[in-house]
This record gives sequence, structure tokens and C-alpha cells, in this order.
Amino acid sequence: MPGVALAREYKYMCSDPGQELIRQDIRDHGLDRIVVAACSPHLHEKTFRHAVAEAGLNPYYFHMVNLREHDSWVHADKPAAAAKAMDLIRAAVRRVRWHVPLERRQAPIHANALVVGGGIAGIDAALTLASAGKHVYLVEREPTIGGHMAQFDKTFPTLDCAACILTPKMTAVKSNPNITLWSYSEVRRVEGYVGNYDVEIRRKPRYIIEDLCVGCLECIQACVFKQAKVPDEFNLGLGKRKPVYIPFPQAVPQLVVIDPETCIEFKSGKCKKTCVEVCAERNAIDFKQKEKIENIRVGTIILATGFETFDPVRVPYYGYGLYPNVYTSLEVERLVNASGPTGGEIVLRDGRKPATVGIVHCVGSRDVNTNRYCSRVCCMYSLKLAHLIKEKTGAEVIEFYIDMRAPGKAFEEFYNRVAEEGVSFVRGKVADIYPAGNGDGRLILQAEDTLLGMVRKIPVDMVVLSVGLEPRPDANDVRRLFNIGCSGDGFFLERHPKLAPVSTFADGIFVAGCCQGPKDIPDTVAQSGAAAAQALALIDAGVIELEPNTAYVTEDACCGCKTCIPLCPYSAISFLEEKKARINEVLCKGCGTCVAACPSGSIRQNLFEDQQIFEEIGGILTYA
Amino acid sequence: MPEAFEPKIVAFFCNWCTYLAADLAGTSRIKYAPNARVVRVMCSGRVDPQFVMDAFAKGADGVLIGGCHPGDCHYQEGNYKALRRVELLKRLLRQMGVEEERFRLEWISAAEGERVKIVIDDMVEKLRALGPRVPARRQEVA
Ligand SMILES: Cc1cc2nc3c(=O)[nH]c(=O)nc-3n(C[C@H](O)[C@H](O)[C@H](O)COP(=O)(O)OP(=O)(O)OC[C@H]3O[C@@H](n4cnc5c(N)ncnc54)[C@H](O)[C@@H]3O)c2cc1C
Ligand code: FES
Repeated sequence: MPGVALAREYKYMCSDPGQELIRQDIRDHGLDRIVVAACSPHLHEKTFRHAVAEAGLNPYYFHMVNLREHDSWVHADKPAAAAKAMDLIRAAVRRVRWHVPLERRQAPIHANALVVGGGIAGIDAALTLASAGKHVYLVEREPTIGGHMAQFDKTFPTLDCAACILTPKMTAVKSNPNITLWSYSEVRRVEGYVGNYDVEIRRKPRYIIEDLCVGCLECIQACVFKQAKVPDEFNLGLGKRKPVYIPFPQAVPQLVVIDPETCIEFKSGKCKKTCVEVCAERNAIDFKQKEKIENIRVGTIILATGFETFDPVRVPYYGYGLYPNVYTSLEVERLVNASGPTGGEIVLRDGRKPATVGIVHCVGSRDVNTNRYCSRVCCMYSLKLAHLIKEKTGAEVIEFYIDMRAPGKAFEEFYNRVAEEGVSFVRGKVADIYPAGNGDGRLILQAEDTLLGMVRKIPVDMVVLSVGLEPRPDANDVRRLFNIGCSGDGFFLERHPKLAPVSTFADGIFVAGCCQGPKDIPDTVAQSGAAAAQALALIDAGVIELEPNTAYVTEDACCGCKTCIPLCPYSAISFLEEKKARINEVLCKGCGTCVAACPSGSIRQNLFEDQQIFEEIGGILTYA
Repeated sequence: MPEAFEPKIVAFFCNWCTYLAADLAGTSRIKYAPNARVVRVMCSGRVDPQFVMDAFAKGADGVLIGGCHPGDCHYQEGNYKALRRVELLKRLLRQMGVEEERFRLEWISAAEGERVKIVIDDMVEKLRALGPRVPARRQEVA
């Protein structure tokens, strides 16, 4: 190939000896351009640029050809794949001749961090960052932090009490001077780039002046509603609350909220306002409170927005919403919880205590009609619920499972323990749930028992649907806000499934917990630790090097037509007095849209110069 | 010649969605036609009409542009800019006698490895049926 001074084959080019080979060859042969044809540049471009630089060459005298992901791994026809490889290498060799030395830009990293979502993932990440002395803004949408974990009674496989391990962490968030907790708030706008994100946060009015409320809860007592009448969100509607309420006793922050939808003062303006009376000189209630906008600058962001449980109404033959004694697992978490709506008593909606309970696995998981993926935690939490139901009621519990998945530390042992406690197991997918028909309120679970090879119809008093974990319904909006991607299942996409599991394609933005995919609490906490560590690494480095792929104007050629100016989404292009465009390198993110649109060809892009691309095209289309 | 004809496609894939989708197809070992060669650009908005013309002039049988889905562009709306340009280019190419099937713009997200296969296989099949672009026409475009 013209221009090639040396061609080498080596199996593991990215390994240390492979890189050394490149360095040595640069020195020995005085090479001034390097092409590596190996894996995707997304994997190892940085590695090789670094090796090239170590040998004293400008790192941008390098180009990488993707022969693995784009060729050898995807084509069965070997000669055709080899021909493609030749084309791609020829293209790179021609391109790299036109490379010029470039300098990386540096951007300072602002030391403050933002954590979005205050479930166990967000709480843990915020505490880790704060304990390293960084200032953290923790933004939670609901009136309290805690997320799903706050709703559980016990946690598998150890059966620790969820509140006992979670609430100390929640309190620690509140008392940590390095954490600014904004609950009942949402991120509305994000601008900037790694190290310098400008974020706008909307704080919804809770009609309580935070600094004045002492969390005595007397206003709830005093509310003109003597009885709680409003379905309570935290208890999934199984309990009731008043228009002025606190989601649960250990809520953090310990502040009440007024729900304007149901509060009489908001509806008629004619309430006696007994709450205001009792609040007296504290004067913390403010019916005229407006939403508040906060603007902050942060260097790094951790997204920990969690999951939502699958809505079983979408599987109509399971009768959820139709038969009162069909529950979701999350509802049962509240029923078995000592601080739940029934004080931990398992009583059915019709007031009976169940004597037999059927737990249906994989509802909204491992199903082509809903979600194909396994939600990972349902087998284990179903075992947990079986144990708790049995312990509290002595009921006969039957688990209907497809496969029992217990691959975590102490999981299999837990499965064995629950089986020994006398819980029964039927291996088969439940096909139908219907009333027994004799008016006793029981339900028939129909399933094909694949171990016995027969269809079974088992009457039960209570059905628990082990619903899967899904992305939040607004996951798409949130990911757009932060300019990251989602995988096919709708969860946030990590930069690399193995090697960069908490990074995203937006530098400085990390993901932790179930927003990235279903996982249990141990894995969630491990991930939030990893995300915090990644953020800390950036913050402590203080600066980040940015790719030099920015656009620039060759002013002599600029005709001053201003075509480019409205095209730039970052307002990086300004118009000079001398009727020329100029690009602010700091604001330019390097998409190249203005370059492609410039009629006079005066805008150019580092690393993606027209000539470099023409050479690539030419290399591909040379019919050798 | 016609039955043995293998078209050559120049594919401009944006770095953040379609290029990654092709990487994903790779890690998932999805097999597809070996006829496309990818030129990486940061955004589909970087694809200069000249690149497309140049590819056809140099003998490409097809040109494929791959970008993020509308609303998902890493740079907010580079893909809309690409779309606008592509519409114009399509008309131009038609006037020059380049068949419609030879020039395509597709939105393929980073999660859609399978779609890379579907799009490329489909395009290759159509181009095979169409046959090579005749040299005479190549001259005209150049
Ligand atoms: C029924 C059930 C039982 C389970 N039992 C166990 C168990 O026993 N043991 C175990 O290890 N795991 C269990 N799990 C799994 C466990 O729930 C998860 O591992 C854990 O809750 C994940 O925490 P997270 O912080 O990622 O998400 P979440 O708990 O969902 O927290 C996310 C938080 O982010 C907030 N948020 C969402 N969107 C936004 C936004 N846009 N802006 C601001 N804030 C936002 C939410 O309000 C929420 O507070 C169970 C799951 C279910 C469904
Ligand atoms: S980055 Fe993919 S189209 Fe703009």
C-alpha cells in the first residue's frame, strides 16, 4: 500500500508488549504516522494514542480501523470480510497522511456534584461524595428520600429490617453539612459540559416554609379532616392520609406537605385552617408558596432515578384490579410491614385472613409480550414474602415459578431455607386466574406444572403478583435532559457493559442503581460506590482533557453569510465586526454541523477535515 | 457479471448512535452482508453533501447515512440538519439519474445492533437487484 513503511501483525496489540512494539517501531524506523487495525476506537483509541505519544509522536498522527466489531465479528464470508478489511485499512492509511498535530484542550472540573434521585443508590452516592469533602446537591422528586427500599419490611436474603439499615443513612444525608437536600424537586434544564454543568432545579411548593417547620406534625392532628380520607401514595392506596401529611414517620426531610388537590383551603378558600392555628407562632404554613427555581453549577452528575414496578393491569388474565384479593408484591411489602397500613397484619381487602397464598413469579418479566428481560430480584423477594407471610399468618404458601434464580451471595441458601420452612413450589407459568365460582371469595390459579406434566388448578385466598422492574415512565425525558442513551429495554445505557458500567456517553455523568437495569440492593450500593468513585476521580484530578475535534473558521475564506450561526446548538459561533464568523473553542462540542453547511468551505473541523474524509472515501473505493 | 455483483456501500455513521450500534452488532456477533464500509463522523450533521457526491463520483453503488433518532442526537439536532440536507440531495441525485435506493438515511440508536443488520442487508439486496452504477453515469456526476 502506498505510504506504508512497515506492516506488523500482532495478536494483542493493546497489551503492553503490543504497545511497546508500536513505540519501538516509531523509534527504530522513524515512523511519522500510525494506523492500528484492531477493535473499535471506542475501546482502544485512547490506549494507542497514548502509546504513540509516549514514543514522542503527536497522538493525533494516529488512526484506528475497526476490524473486529465492524468486520471479523459480523461477516461469515471470509474473503469478502478480508476485502472489506483491505478497503478500510487503505482508507485509514490515506486519511492519516492528512492528519496534523493537535493539542488537547483542558477543562477545569467544578468540585460540586449533583445526584438525581434519593433512593438507596442516590443516598449512598451522595454520602460517599460528601464524606470525601465534596459538596453534593441531592435532588429527589418525592417529598422524602428513601425510594423503594423505604417501603420494604425486610430485605432478602438476610432478612435485615429495611428501615433499620436505611433510616440511619437517610438521617445522615440530612445532617451532613456537605449535602444540600432538595426533596420535592426536579431537574428542569442541564447545560454545559463535563466539569461545568449548569443545572436548573424546580422546587415544587409544599406550602410549608422549610426553615420554620420543626416536624412536630401537630398540623396533621389538627387538620379539619378528622379522618384520613385520601389514598396514601406511600402505601400504594392501601391506607389513607390527610391533605396535610408526611409520607411515613421516618421521612427525610421531616417536613409535612400540603396536597393542594384535596386541601379545603385550596379548593374553597373557606377552611377554618386549624393547622395554621396549631402551628401558631412557628408560622410555617404558607398557602401562597410558589415554586422556586435554583440554579447551580456542578462538575459531575450521578443519575440514580431507580425503577418503577410493572403494572399488572397489562396482563388482564391475572385479574389485577378486577379481583380484590390479587395484590402486587409491592403492596404486600406494605401489608407485611409493621408500620404499614394494617400494622403488619395480613388482612385481605375483604377483611379475611388468608389461609392459602399463591405467589406468581415473572409478571412482566421474561415474557415476549411485556419485557423480555429477567428482573433479577423477583425470585428472591418472592421467597422473602413467602417467608414473611408464613411467619405472620401460618398460611400455606405456594410459589409458581418458571425457573428459580438464586445466583447471589447466600441466595441459594435462602431458597433452601424457605423450602424447608414448608413453602411449596410449582414449576409452571400461571395461565389464568379466576374466581372459584362458589362465592367463597377464593381464586383459582391455573398453571401447567411442567414437572408433573399436567395442568393444575389450585384454589387460594390471596394472589401475590411478583411484578418486574421497569424503567421509569419518564426515563426517556430524563435521558434526553442529560444527553445520555437508553438500552433496548429502556434503562439508561452504560458506556461499556463490562469496563465502564457506571459511565455514560456524556462525560462526567454517571448512573447508579436500578435506573441502569434491575438489580438488588447489594448491587445497587456497589454501583453507587463505583459512580461516586468515578466522580471523585474527575473532581480530584481537577481538570479533564477534551478531544480537540472542534470546528474553526479560516477567516480569509469566510464570506460572512452567517449560514452557520443559527445551526450551532451551543451558540458557539459569533459574528465579528469585520463580517467574519468566529467559533468559540470552549463552547464548541465538535459535531461538525456548521462545517458541513458552510457554503464557502471556510469552516473546518479538527480530526474530521474534509480532505481526511475524502481520502477515506477514496481509499474505500479504490478498486485494487 | 450481474448475478455475481456485490455492491459497495459507503456508510457515514455518527459516533454516538449508529457507530455504536454497529459496535453492538459486533459484540453480539450478528452476521450481515459485508458490503458496507463505515466512515465515522461525530454527528450525522457533519455529512457534507460533497461527501455523498464524492462517494458516488468515485464509484460507490450506494451511500448510507446513519444517525441518532430524532430528538436523540448527541448534539441536540444535528440529525435534523442532516435530514434537511438529505432531502435536497435526494432530489439532486434523482435528477442526475442516481436511483432512489442508492441513497439512504437511517436512524439507528446505540441499542439497535439488530437494525444495522436489517438496514444493511436490505440495502444490499436492493442494490444487487439494481446492479452496478454504470461508468457513464459516474462521469456525469463527477
Ligand atoms: C417488591 C420488591 C421487593 C424488593 N425486595 C428487595 C430485597 O428484599 N432485597 C434487595 O436487595 N432488593 C430488593 N428489591 C430491589 C430494590 O428495590 C432495588 O434494588 C433498590 O430499591 C434500587 O434502588 P434505587 O435507588 O436504584 O431505586 P429507587 O428505590 O427506585 O429510588 C429512586 C429514587 O429516585 C427518585 N426519582 C425518580 N425519578 C426522579 C427524577 N426524575 N428526579 C428526581 N428524583 C427522581 C424516586 O422518587 C426514588 O426516590 C425489591 C424490589 C421490589 C420491587
Ligand atoms: S450525534 Fe448521532 S446524529 Fe448527531
